[in-house]
Amino acid sequence: MEKVFGKTRGLSDTPFTYCPGCTHGIIHRLIAEVLEELDLIENTIGVAPVGCAGFLLDMFNCDFVGGPHGRAQAVATGIKRAMPERTVFTYQGDGDIAAIGTSHAIHVAARGEKITTIMVNNAVFGMTGGQMAPTTVSGQVTTTSPYGRDCVLAGPPIDLPKTIATLEGAVYVAAGSVDSPKNIAQTKKMIKKAFQVQQKGLGFSFVSILSTCPTNWGLSPVESLTWLREHMMPVYQMGELKATEEVKAL
Amino acid sequence: MLMKRELLKGNEAIAEAAIRSGCKLFFGYPITPSTEIIEYLSKHMPKAGGTVLQGEDEIASINMCYGAAATGARVMTASSSPGYSLKQEGISYLAAAELPAVVVNINRNGPGLGGLGPSQGDYFQCTKGGGHGDYRVIVLAPSKGQEMYDYTMMAFDLADKYRTPVVILADGMLGQTMEPIECKERPTAELPEKDWATTGCMGRSKRKISMYNLTNEAGEEIALKLQAKFNKMKEQEQQWEDYYAEDADYLLVGYGTCGRVAKSAVQMARQQGIKVGLIRPITLWPFPEKAFSNIPKVKGILTVELNSGQMLEDVKLAVNCSVPVFSHTRLGGMLLSENSILKKIAEVFSLEVRA
Repeated sequence: MEKVFGKTRGLSDTPFTYCPGCTHGIIHRLIAEVLEELDLIENTIGVAPVGCAGFLLDMFNCDFVGGPHGRAQAVATGIKRAMPERTVFTYQGDGDIAAIGTSHAIHVAARGEKITTIMVNNAVFGMTGGQMAPTTVSGQVTTTSPYGRDCVLAGPPIDLPKTIATLEGAVYVAAGSVDSPKNIAQTKKMIKKAFQVQQKGLGFSFVSILSTCPTNWGLSPVESLTWLREHMMPVYQMGELKATEEVKAL
Repeated sequence: MLMKRELLKGNEAIAEAAIRSGCKLFFGYPITPSTEIIEYLSKHMPKAGGTVLQGEDEIASINMCYGAAATGARVMTASSSPGYSLKQEGISYLAAAELPAVVVNINRNGPGLGGLGPSQGDYFQCTKGGGHGDYRVIVLAPSKGQEMYDYTMMAFDLADKYRTPVVILADGMLGQTMEPIECKERPTAELPEKDWATTGCMGRSKRKISMYNLTNEAGEEIALKLQAKFNKMKEQEQQWEDYYAEDADYLLVGYGTCGRVAKSAVQMARQQGIKVGLIRPITLWPFPEKAFSNIPKVKGILTVELNSGQMLEDVKLAVNCSVPVFSHTRLGGMLLSENSILKKIAEVFSLEVRA
């Protein structure tokens, strides 16, 4: 019988540690497939966040480095400057990159650092048990916004890709979702383009991906997908936010 | 490249030594009185095939060092006290992940923003950890321009030997003073291969660099392994300079700028027939306890510091109450003089000394 689908070589046999219905696993697979398709597994050094995805160091078959919370892009900068010929990417949750790591997010983009950042936005701090993040939407109940996010008190959520897209050094900025087969396919294309941008040395590439957190949202996996479509997609600009002419020509 | 002997500021001596130690990457952020280091390197390191990147802040800079160190590259950052505080998280992570890096702290006076004058107020922070968790880093304390150069070279080798961050602790006087420096070539050292570096897994199995534990049992194992390394450093790397210490009745202990001033005080006392000697710690951690293991003649010790008496505690631990230990200090960015040391000697040891 002909084999028509298999697990990508980009992932190891280490089991995922994610809750049922969490979409981190899908995003891991997409990145790993892209690394395999572009023949980059042996050339790549990934940088892990601190958070639910902090254990992905073992889940990928490429070299991986884990540092402090929010500092992945600074760590990645050091790696890339030491080894410019290597592919370097960071994988970060919204709490990691849009809160404690925001200064690095801005400056990595401003410098046009030739790395790729994948941000996974599930609108909460997942690992610590579902606290309010800068990405928590208005009215959303979390353990630190028990009456719903009050935008007078905490301000409205940050749409980080929109901010990053304003910076010249960021040449490719896209926002996808993995809530449906169609969006999964589209997000994979975004991830692939982001790595191709790095291969060509064009500048900083950034893909933000909406993700679910059924455990901390208090919803079933299926309800979570609906919640994401109804409450996150209207808030966050989706699609390719920015692609320079050079990127479009890829 | 520079000729053999050059007139350099202490900060520039550190920078030049870094280049000649094979350091190809520097990440930093300007802060007085350490800024000449990043300025000098920005000018000279690219010509030597290296890269200087000015980070958005100290936190970024130390984490860039973390990333570069993870690839096995020699890397350095430099700052002064408030900036050194910001680097603590990164230094803790470097120590935990066992990554070699050289971190320079040109100590200014604090707390808070403080001022620019020479100070040794960061002794505790540098030698007792600084960041979170139970770790130690090697701390080297130069007392003149040539040592700024020599100890920088030593710092890179020690960092690679033990896979650890190494701190060079000096002050604004040492950083800003110009002195003739012999720009020696890098000494050959037998160092372990960096077979742990994350460089892309072509032709080998994948590697990861990180330090966390999901069970307390694993945490204990990692902690004990680190402590064994710190104990080895403590046993093997204590360094100090003896200056008229062997026949001394009274012993001064001072490092860095104070070590230098104390030498003049020793000479002035000896001219008056009073046998004063000096122990100048070179490694502040590990503290050179061994220097105090054989001083039966010594009647008393006077520590000399530009802080309120921090190293004093380590000296007291080293002599374990066998000798009285007194402290002479000056604070807030002011230097102490050899005369003030002599006066203090006269006072605490009830001697007739002419200042």
